[in-house]
Amino acid sequence: MADQEEEQDNTGDQNHKPQDLPQVLILKPPPVLSVIGEESFLSNKYQFLKAWESPLPLHQFLTAHAGSIQAILCSGASPVTDDLLQLLPSVRLVVTASAGTNHIDLEACHRRGISVTNAGNVFSDDGADAAVGLLIDVLRKITASDRYVRQGLWVSEGDYPLGSKFQLRGKRVGIVGLGGIGLEIAKRLEALGCNVLYTSRKKKTFLSYPFYSDVCQLAAHSDALIICCALTDQTRHMIDKDVFSALGKEGVIVNVGRGAIVDEKEMVRCLVHGEIAGAGLDVFENEPDVPKELFELDNVVLSPHRAVFTPESFMALCELVVGNLEAFFSNKPLLSPVMDV
Amino acid sequence: MKSIGVLMTCPMHKYLEQQLETHFNLFKLWHCNSSITEFLKTHQGNTIRAVVGDTNIGVDAELIASFPNLEIVASYSVGLDKIDLRKCEEKGIRVANTPDVLTDDVADLAIGLILGVLRRICASDVYVRIGKWKDADFGLATKFSGKSVGIVGLGRIGTAIAKRAEAFGCSISYFSRSQKPFANYKFYSNIIDLATSCQILIVACALTEETRHIIDREVIDALGPKGILINIGRGAHVDETELVSALLEGRLGGAGLDVYENEPEVPEELLGLGNVVLQPHVGSDTVETSDAMADLVISNLKAHFSNKPLLTPVI
Repeated sequence: MADQEEEQDNTGDQNHKPQDLPQVLILKPPPVLSVIGEESFLSNKYQFLKAWESPLPLHQFLTAHAGSIQAILCSGASPVTDDLLQLLPSVRLVVTASAGTNHIDLEACHRRGISVTNAGNVFSDDGADAAVGLLIDVLRKITASDRYVRQGLWVSEGDYPLGSKFQLRGKRVGIVGLGGIGLEIAKRLEALGCNVLYTSRKKKTFLSYPFYSDVCQLAAHSDALIICCALTDQTRHMIDKDVFSALGKEGVIVNVGRGAIVDEKEMVRCLVHGEIAGAGLDVFENEPDVPKELFELDNVVLSPHRAVFTPESFMALCELVVGNLEAFFSNKPLLSPVMDV
Repeated sequence: MKSIGVLMTCPMHKYLEQQLETHFNLFKLWHCNSSITEFLKTHQGNTIRAVVGDTNIGVDAELIASFPNLEIVASYSVGLDKIDLRKCEEKGIRVANTPDVLTDDVADLAIGLILGVLRRICASDVYVRIGKWKDADFGLATKFSGKSVGIVGLGRIGTAIAKRAEAFGCSISYFSRSQKPFANYKFYSNIIDLATSCQILIVACALTEETRHIIDREVIDALGPKGILINIGRGAHVDETELVSALLEGRLGGAGLDVYENEPEVPEELLGLGNVVLQPHVGSDTVETSDAMADLVISNLKAHFSNKPLLTPVI
């Protein structure tokens, strides 16, 4: 009797005392959380356990809370490894605030019966816009021309020299990875009069774009390559010396996937020596480090891994993250499972 | 035709120059300080039977009066604002321009400018090159896909822009002299209404007396602090002073400009802004299109002097 009265005196939610809510571990705040603010992620179905706010050493912190941590919210900056999962036997769900899952040991998750969700298609439009924007910029030298104007060269030197800017119409653009973002890129390229080709793990039978099972063959038939696939063991350094050679001196590359898909050292060498014609890059092997040689080049456009950083995408991502967590804790189907175990 | 005197008003394109030299008796106005008076000191005015002009130096009344045997003006441009059309018509002078071959490139540039401004592609590049990626948060860009696009002038270029923007999921509306029956886009008979309704306003019409400063303070204010202006038309379409103050005061969200009132001068205040993208009038300056434009100029001249129909006549 006394216990019940004590409970009813609590000013919190009658159904769940704060300490009863399942805990979602965050090792480091994903960019979307920092930018939009934690308030938008709150729910009465779970609560966040913020590792970076604790004075305890991480290992100790995790061990102390292991029993109540049922999910992990992560992003590229906070990888989910098998070792981490070993410390947290109650985890059943990993939610990443990104499209990429290369920072998650998917095999370990599968083995441990842990579900994984990602950003689904919330980034597809923005990712495609960024890729196409970079392609137009590289071919038409938009950023280089903007620099030319700002440096006063239009007045002192005259018109921007003709001969280094190219039309989009009729260009053969090879898309590496025809997932959500790749499909949106293809749609936009068609409207620009480009010819779309692609390579993917599997041919998409519902599409009529020419398919190449080998990325080198794709490069040989392309004027431009757009990298928008996932980073996996198979795709690591997939864009290598042979691919650049096949792409050729007039070819350009756009990368909105992951830096490690490209052999960066080789790419820089090709650009410096004019063995490919240009590059638009949103990602790099060792962010935020960008090879200094690229700063000297007029035919390269550099973006600080921002391809999907718009308020609109972030709001959609926030809704999706919350939606996945709430679905999980209500025993409803996950909204954007990568692996649903 | 090698004896036919053709005057080129300024250096436009080496390939065009070479072609003109090959087929005609080419005179280059810039060898006389770009002055007709000076040209006439050393050349007979009646030798010139054709003039090739562009958006820099066109064909005005003075030039027409100086060359009594002028038969045809072949402009290395689609825009005709630098040509005294009335005078040409009066004197029975043919005029040809270069439509269609440059439509795609100009439309592509419009899209490139939108992405450059909204997604801050150019500003990001600066940021990375000066090593700021590590230091500070750059802030978010704005999404392009799905935004509302308003086009001023739904001609060839305006239509090409609309088709591209549709692939980005944008809603399209336009303002034009008259409604286009074939266009499936919302028509506004009033440019203020268009500017109020859209987030991205693109100038794609011809420059005439009516469209001079068509983008004025009222239109800019209607577009607003979240709106962006893209100008791939002519500098004189926009009241440049008003544009600059609107950008500086934050009354306009951003601008992508390929043209200016007094090229190659660009208002100094714009040079330091991160929400503008500035291009040095390059709308059609790709290798492929410049050559195609040059070929069209040559073809029109050859057709005229063979008494054949012009390929792309204006008058």
